[in-house]
Amino acid sequence: MEWIDGTSLNAENAFKVRLSIRTALGDKAYVWDTNEEYLFRAMVAFSMRKVPSREATEISHVLLCNVTQRVSFWFVVTDPSRNHTLPAVEVQSAIRMNRNRINNAFFLNDRTLEFLRIPSTLAPPMDPSVPIWIIVFGVIFCIVIVATALLVLSGIRHRRRNNKGLPGLDDAEDKCENTITVENGIPCDPLDTKGGHINDGFLTEDERLTPL
Amino acid sequence: MEKTRPQWGNPLQFVFACISYAVGLGNVWRFPYLCQMFGGGSFLVPYIIMLIVEGMPLLYLELAVGQRMRQGSIGAWRTISPYLSGVGVASVVVSFFLSMYYNVINAWGFWYLFHSFQDPLPWSVCPLNGNRTGYDEECERASSTQYFWYRKTLNISPSIQENGGVQWEPALCLTLAWLMVYLCILRGTESTGKVVYFTASLPYCVLLIYLIRGLTLHGATNGLVYMFTPKMEQLANPKAWINAATQIFFSLGLGFGSLIAFASYNEPSNNCQKHAIIVSIINSSTSIFASIVTFSIYGFKATFNYENCLNKVILLLTNSFDLEDGFLTASNLEEVKDYLASTYPSKYSEVFPHIRNCSLESELNTAVQGTGLAFIVYTEAIKNMEVSQLWSVLYFFMLLMLGMGSMLGNTAAILTPLTDSKVISSYLPKEAISGLVCLVNCAIGMLFTMEAGNYWFDIFNDYAATLSLLLIVLVETIAVCYVYGLKRFESDLQVMTGHALNWYWKAMWAFVSPVLIVGLFIFYLSDYILTGTLQYQAWDATQGQLVTKDYPPYALAVIGLLVASSTMCIPLVALGTFIRNRLKTGGTASVA
Repeated sequence: MEWIDGTSLNAENAFKVRLSIRTALGDKAYVWDTNEEYLFRAMVAFSMRKVPSREATEISHVLLCNVTQRVSFWFVVTDPSRNHTLPAVEVQSAIRMNRNRINNAFFLNDRTLEFLRIPSTLAPPMDPSVPIWIIVFGVIFCIVIVATALLVLSGIRHRRRNNKGLPGLDDAEDKCENTITVENGIPCDPLDTKGGHINDGFLTEDERLTPL
Repeated sequence: MEKTRPQWGNPLQFVFACISYAVGLGNVWRFPYLCQMFGGGSFLVPYIIMLIVEGMPLLYLELAVGQRMRQGSIGAWRTISPYLSGVGVASVVVSFFLSMYYNVINAWGFWYLFHSFQDPLPWSVCPLNGNRTGYDEECERASSTQYFWYRKTLNISPSIQENGGVQWEPALCLTLAWLMVYLCILRGTESTGKVVYFTASLPYCVLLIYLIRGLTLHGATNGLVYMFTPKMEQLANPKAWINAATQIFFSLGLGFGSLIAFASYNEPSNNCQKHAIIVSIINSSTSIFASIVTFSIYGFKATFNYENCLNKVILLLTNSFDLEDGFLTASNLEEVKDYLASTYPSKYSEVFPHIRNCSLESELNTAVQGTGLAFIVYTEAIKNMEVSQLWSVLYFFMLLMLGMGSMLGNTAAILTPLTDSKVISSYLPKEAISGLVCLVNCAIGMLFTMEAGNYWFDIFNDYAATLSLLLIVLVETIAVCYVYGLKRFESDLQVMTGHALNWYWKAMWAFVSPVLIVGLFIFYLSDYILTGTLQYQAWDATQGQLVTKDYPPYALAVIGLLVASSTMCIPLVALGTFIRNRLKTGGTASVA
């Protein structure tokens, strides 16, 4: 194919396209031949026809050039008179609008079908109205608060019951755990309740001797 | 009259509490770094030697003191000698500093845990820029994991001077972290004893799962081979030995008073020698186990990045020379490069500066420690695994268990002396004291949720405990051996446990360990003095990397205050006791 006016490859209205078919499809990669080029030209013409002032664009107005093994090539869109090329801005916005359709026609995506100098619109990440982390945080926060409240309340109730049940006990008693510690076969509790006046560490004789 | 002291439900709870306390984040994020820096497999030699010579004796000493004196750190040292209760006070002060900043790590763990329930993981993709044509600038320059850490989690300011305000998200997480700690310590040993079953064992489950996953990852063997290949010449490097000693010392959590507090709830006849050996061996084995996991993850990450780099080079060459797609692979890259260089020399020289030299070695060499390892490197590896949400949840759950376990020990170190004190415990019930301690710590901890909070965190992390602990443990060892008397302590232990004290422990306590600690102390002191002004790493958003800056004067003042406030307790309290005794006895005898 030859360019009209002898416009060189660096014409500002021409765009380079690069396809990475093998990267995208692996074993199912198709061969890039003239039929695929025809489809491409059709897709570009389709995109241009969607622009309000360019409904008359035909496939023959899209010209490809310099197809390499890569696969990469340059393309340019001319106006119906075949004298001028359409301005780059128009082509750019047309391609951007229909990028998804063009990609799908070739089973490729924005990365494997690149239009150099035509930036693609990136999909925004999903943004739920309430961030998920706040929900998880709220759940765990509530569980912890409830568990803490339960423990504190049960501790207060336990202490009040102790106070009611055994008045006159030393305050320190309430802060000990309920596990009755056993040393030398004597539970430790009785060792403390007498306020230190009686030392139960010394057994009375009849308790030491086994009863007959 | 002796009030009944709360006790552990069974000796296993005590062992689990010690393990849960000793096995903490340092095992996961400090030991692998040291292993990598100081010769891989050969680092294990100084490590194990220091464990036997320094770790086990000092651990046994603290447990024995706690079990014998049956009081928290302040009471225990006061019993040994009234002039030395300052050691206990210093321990409480250091524990207070530690709990202030340590729980912030748990807050960050919660933050990441809550964010793991999203698809895709928020640190795996960069957010888009304003007009949605590309990615956010800062994120492009750094990486998405670094961006999420520095911008989304910390919202870090460029320097420590710019304070910023309190960020509500980390503040919420910190509040939750303290609530969780309060829930666990609320009822004293009754609740702590049950919680430590989980905090001690669950991390091992997760580590085991990660070990299996890590070893099956692509490229894991690269990391393992790299790590365990011994570099014997590092054995001659004194820094390796010093770091081994330091790691053992701090990893076991000596000097904070937590071990004394835990042991004080033991039955007097408990065989704490056996427990000391068990805990120290488990602690060190966990470090080695965690570093196997870490290095398989490193290997995976490095291989992934290396292959990415290769792919980028391949893409660059394919695009520049319009080669056929799929023609260039990693295996023929070099020969094709030579071919292109000879066939198209001018074009090749244009492209050449952009071709990065991809090297697996340099990827493996990036040694990271601390929060950087946990929150940046690991998350980078996790985002590339399949079902990354599951792995992320597991990982941060493990970090939380480790952190919570250590927090239980820290708060026990603060609470036990407070609840032992008759003055305080007569006014307030145990729940109220714990609540007050948690509240005060949480309020002060809000400092670390400000924009410059991470810089203050680093200050506390590096300076609050290091020198003070060395001094505290040194004074402890000397106090037990020479002030209280080694023979007296030996006979106490014999009466208490029924076993005779092995000559090995006596030799270590009396000579070797104090000498080692003095050596470490001198080394650190001279290191601080020689480096002159202290510097820190600040995040530069415009460049997307860390830069080194000097601390401003007021930050240096805070550092000095941190170190002084704990170390000065020892002489000040001794002086105070001395003066008080003189006033009491000398008041009647002499005219001042």
